Amino acid sequence: MDNKYLRLPRLRRVYVWELPVRFYHWLNAVVILALIATGFYINNPLALMSQKEATQVYTMGWVRYVHFAAAYLFFFNFLFRIYWGFVGNKYANWKQFIPTSKRFFTEMWNVFKIDILMLKKDGKEQHHISIGHNAMAGFIYFLTFIAFAVQCLTGFGLYADMGGWWFPRMFAWVPSMFGGDMLTRTIHHWTMWFFILFAVVHVYLVFYHDYVEGRGEISSMGGGWKFIEEEVFEEKKYHTPNPRKKH
Amino acid sequence: MDNDMLEVKKQPTYYEEVIRKGYDRRDFMKFASMMAAFIGLEKSAIGQVAKAMETKSRIPIIWLHFQECTCCSESFIRSSHPMVADILLDMVSLDYTETLMAASGAQAEKSLKDTMKKYKGEYILCVEGSVPVAADGVYCMIGGKTSMHILEEAAADAKAIIAWGSCASNGCVQSAKPNPTQATPIHKLITGKPIIKVPGCPPIGEVMAGVIVHLLTFGTIPELDRVGRPKAFYSKRVHDSCYRRPYFDAGLFVETFDDENAKKGYCLYKVGCKGPSTYNACGVMKWNGGVSYPIQSGHGCIGCSEENFWDNGRLYERASAFAGFGIESDADTIGKVALGATLVAVAGHAVATNIGKQKSIHDLETEGKASEHELPS
Repeated sequence: MDNKYLRLPRLRRVYVWELPVRFYHWLNAVVILALIATGFYINNPLALMSQKEATQVYTMGWVRYVHFAAAYLFFFNFLFRIYWGFVGNKYANWKQFIPTSKRFFTEMWNVFKIDILMLKKDGKEQHHISIGHNAMAGFIYFLTFIAFAVQCLTGFGLYADMGGWWFPRMFAWVPSMFGGDMLTRTIHHWTMWFFILFAVVHVYLVFYHDYVEGRGEISSMGGGWKFIEEEVFEEKKYHTPNPRKKH
Repeated sequence: MDNDMLEVKKQPTYYEEVIRKGYDRRDFMKFASMMAAFIGLEKSAIGQVAKAMETKSRIPIIWLHFQECTCCSESFIRSSHPMVADILLDMVSLDYTETLMAASGAQAEKSLKDTMKKYKGEYILCVEGSVPVAADGVYCMIGGKTSMHILEEAAADAKAIIAWGSCASNGCVQSAKPNPTQATPIHKLITGKPIIKVPGCPPIGEVMAGVIVHLLTFGTIPELDRVGRPKAFYSKRVHDSCYRRPYFDAGLFVETFDDENAKKGYCLYKVGCKGPSTYNACGVMKWNGGVSYPIQSGHGCIGCSEENFWDNGRLYERASAFAGFGIESDADTIGKVALGATLVAVAGHAVATNIGKQKSIHDLETEGKASEHELPS
């Protein structure tokens, strides 16, 4: 009965997030959570009510150990993601993140109007359908990559003099650039807040897209699939200039 | 008169001077061993230090004082071994140092000129204090000349420059914001000369002596770190050699200066100790002949040997204040406000979504429900 006026679209399944990308994403999420939690503790440790002697307790030691271990995972995971930006599929490509064309900025503007301001056109709700990242999201991820780099540089810079390994020692120049550990530490701490704010907005927007578009946004980071209406698929296939085809 | 004294002495060695002052060989060897240990040499190098002091004539030194408080000199003459003051500083002061030399006025100026001429290219220039460069340098003038002028003159023919203390190494308190006199450390004014930075307010006397003994023993600049400080003394954090470190690793902290934990001698991290970000040898060498150092006396390190320690936040808290956000704002306060604002924005957007995208959401629900109805239960 309802079928009279309801047109059920056929959905195409697109493999968007490859396994390495999903793996990167969740490892990143876990280590960032660990880094933030341990980072807060290192900055302002809780008052331990312990009657034990210091030799029997190692709380701060363990917290710092987790922080440093997570930092290594975070760093190499980040490096891997950069590598995957060159060999992965089109949705993982570095061009998704760095604005290289006028189209990129036009799309960002569209996303801003449609998804953030929710402007209507001729009284009708508009949709901005992107299959991988939309341009706005891509650009924000680019900013997070810069924040990643800042955290790696300042973090390993602070760690440099503690480690015996040559790898963290490579970062010893960072604190001297900022005139000492104090300012380096402050920058490290400030940048951490960017991650927290990012996480809030990121999680919200994933729910938002799933809610208003119904295309499996949340589950896409699980299985890798996103779904797209057949007609949008056809339209994108034939009418959108594909930047990869340009030589 | 000063000049005559120089002529008569004909550069005695340090050893000759030690004996003349009434020390015996045993004292001398103790001093050599102590110095070898301080500058991080192995046991076999004690002989090398002793030999250098026996055979090499003393290094001519010009010691200039600019915008400073003379705490570096004070620290130096109080270093644990009396020979440090007796030998190194007494002989140093023969050449030129405003605070301790006998000559004054025109004679003093002449003495400086003579030393510079006589030991051209050989003398070590020690600078205590920063150079104020604002208003053409009028904030610090000696004998009618600006400190910048004196520094340039003295540096031109120096073999090397030692920047004593935080003033000369990084500007110290005088260069704290807004730095009205534009107090400037030496390395930003003089180029093309090796500069050894010995920061600290003041630096440890034994460290200062160690730097001079190194110059004497090996005739070379000690190995410096990236910032230009001798690695032997500044390669480790105060935190790394702190005797309270086990409490830090355990997570046992002093919460306030008058609590039980403070009596137990727990770590001072939470009451603002800057040991974890300060590179110095305080934990190892300590002060006043190894008696104590700030942390041992129950007070956190204030990071006096670090650049900008004055501007880099409060002395009794870990958090650092930021200019432009008010004195009481630190990263976490601003972070929490930003987080609150973000949450409000997100919640607002969520509400707006349910209104602005009403139709899309409704269509999706209808579509989903239709599919559900089509299927048998």
